[in-house]
Amino acid sequence: MSAITSYLKSLALLELLGGMRVTIGYFFKPKFTIMYPEEKTPKSNRFRGLLALRRYPNGEERCIACKLCEAVCPALAITIDSEQRDDGTRRTTRFDIDLFKCIFCGFCEESCPVDSIVGTDVHEYHMEERSESVITKPQLLALGDRLEQQLAADRQQDAPYR
Amino acid sequence: MMDHLMALGWILIKILAITIPLILAVAFLTLAERRVIGAMQVRIGPNRVGPWGLFQPFADVIKLLMKEVILPAKSNRFLFVLAPMLTLIPALVAWAVIPFEEGMVLAQIDAGLLYVLALTSVGVYGVIIAGWASNSKYAFLGAMRSAAQIVSYEIAMGFALVGVLVAAGSLNLTEIVLGQQGGIWNWYFIPLFPLFIIYFISGVAETNRAPFDVAEGESEIVAGFHVEYSGAAFALFFLGEYANMILISLLAALMFMGGWLSPLEAVPGIEGTFLAAPSIVWLLLKTMFFLFLFLWFRATFPRYRYDQIMRLGWKVFIPITIVWILVVALFVVKQWLWWAP
Ligand code: SF4
Ligand code: SF4
Repeated sequence: MSAITSYLKSLALLELLGGMRVTIGYFFKPKFTIMYPEEKTPKSNRFRGLLALRRYPNGEERCIACKLCEAVCPALAITIDSEQRDDGTRRTTRFDIDLFKCIFCGFCEESCPVDSIVGTDVHEYHMEERSESVITKPQLLALGDRLEQQLAADRQQDAPYR
Repeated sequence: MMDHLMALGWILIKILAITIPLILAVAFLTLAERRVIGAMQVRIGPNRVGPWGLFQPFADVIKLLMKEVILPAKSNRFLFVLAPMLTLIPALVAWAVIPFEEGMVLAQIDAGLLYVLALTSVGVYGVIIAGWASNSKYAFLGAMRSAAQIVSYEIAMGFALVGVLVAAGSLNLTEIVLGQQGGIWNWYFIPLFPLFIIYFISGVAETNRAPFDVAEGESEIVAGFHVEYSGAAFALFFLGEYANMILISLLAALMFMGGWLSPLEAVPGIEGTFLAAPSIVWLLLKTMFFLFLFLWFRATFPRYRYDQIMRLGWKVFIPITIVWILVVALFVVKQWLWWAP
């Protein structure tokens, strides 16, 4: 008996019609699509985009060439050379990040004792030649200078949870 | 001599008047498909090229035409090139007997239905030859699947059409439509309801559309029979598939939904107005409804397993059609209900 009823039920295509009702319901629903690039989704203040080097308000670069970030980087993306500057402090002479290697894990930021290297919220960038994938110290500092206000505000906001 | 040339020219003009709108319809059907399926997946779909994405099909065509046609080194060149034409040409030629309104038909032949049935079956040779000539395992598997599937569903489809033939007493598509005059109650989809459903489902299977698209089965055999095709040759397969979809939808509208007849024909109060008058607009609306069903199916159903397809075709559809043909024949002979004199 149940075999016959189930046979008749499947002949009446009830499951299929049920499925079609679901899809037609979604057909008329408002769409989730964001019209990028005209519209953008909001970003978290912890967003880990392009990396940058920050400075102190007095203009001195924060990095003390401790090389913790170089050591922690799981992708070996950071290369640092350092020397003693005339005023006796230790500074980097070379600070390269290979963006093709970097996986944007943010470990470098976590490890930095002076909040020097940070992840910005920049995720829209491109390069036209392969060699451009390595960004150098001046570029990192310039990006940090450009976004300093945003970076400081983001870290301020996040401070209570650290 | 001049007369012959004139007649020939006139026929050429008629052919162009059918094929050019058809190809444009195919172009916009691809766009409609992407937009409709997008909407059902709560996305928007292509909307960047031109207003509302209307120029997207042209961008796609230009892209495909500019691409290189790669002939696989160990393929059978002649058949490889022939196959896409073999799918497209029958899909276009079948349109010769399609009436768009009373008298609006390129070739008024009495065996129209048979002609259509024959030509839609020829299309499968394109698929089989493509699969064989590509000399690729995936293509060959796709071709074999498609051959078995189309042969099975051809029978069910043929029987469904026999039902129409019995009901209308004619193979001429115009007469089949005229046999359904007298309001929506007289349209064949009511007395032939099981045949109508089976015809349309077999039509979906015949055109290798989801959920019967095992011939392409991109998750199992990459792209099936056209895996080795690129550029313009690939575009021809595409064109053939979509032209066939439109053809199946139009035939369903003609044979079961009263063709160009108005659904409001017998509604009291509006006789004589344009709403009750038969017109090509009704035919196009009905066709669009069926085309929407094609897209709706694709957005809804997962692909059938291969043995399920065979079971459905042989063990479900064919018995039902045979029984229903007998029922219809009984009604016609006894002149019951719809066939009351
Ligand atoms: S984000 Fe991670 S991968 Fe990138 S440089 Fe920093 S530590 Fe290395
Ligand atoms: S960026 Fe920070 S962690 Fe890296 S070398 Fe400079 S101070 Fe040390």
